[in-house]
Amino acid sequence: MKIETKYFGIVEVEENEKIRFEQGLPGFEGYRSFVLLPVDETGVYYALQSCEEPSVSLIVVSPYLFYKAYEFELGEQMQLDLGIGKPDDVVVYSVVTLREPFKESTINLQAPIIVNVNNGKAKQLILVDEVYQTRHSLGHEEGGEQHARP
Amino acid sequence: MLVLNRKAGESIRIGDDIELKVVSVEGGQVKLGIDAPKHVEIHRQEVYAAIQSENTEAATFSENLLDLLKSSKND
Repeated sequence: MKIETKYFGIVEVEENEKIRFEQGLPGFEGYRSFVLLPVDETGVYYALQSCEEPSVSLIVVSPYLFYKAYEFELGEQMQLDLGIGKPDDVVVYSVVTLREPFKESTINLQAPIIVNVNNGKAKQLILVDEVYQTRHSLGHEEGGEQHARP
Repeated sequence: MLVLNRKAGESIRIGDDIELKVVSVEGGQVKLGIDAPKHVEIHRQEVYAAIQSENTEAATFSENLLDLLKSSKND
């Protein structure tokens, strides 16, 4: 099917590429169906685009590209909700808030987006302990490799 | 909004399966115990609101930032 996107015009999307947030996303509770569209050539940044509302599009990345030691526990209920059977089912994304200048951009490590790649079920998890916050630096020094290229 | 007076140790029940108990009241702080089915998510309101507002803000940025990302290469 064709969907209208915020940044890429009309895009053809296969049904099996869609990811479904059964409970919506905080702030966008009304939308369930999304798709991940690559933004850059090297596949670091993706647009999490609503299939239902063109104006809803968030930039997401793999948090491990920026914070190698990032970790949290996937509770039993979460595994049940998303039908997760094994670690390979799971892909984690974090929402990036882009700001100007670019180095002020931040990554939300408190609310990772969990996707079961086998069935397309997804959910934004809100971590209870307060080790991780909503605004960590994208261009931080630790962890060696630098991925916040622009 | 429904407002109820409760003492420490007293509870209210929401629906069939949620119990909200006032565990203690001390110095302007109320400690609540919540008994709810596992599928019911419980968050501190300000934390949920922070995630909502961060998502909303993340969905709004100038398009030249996106152009910057689009043109970024691994070099």
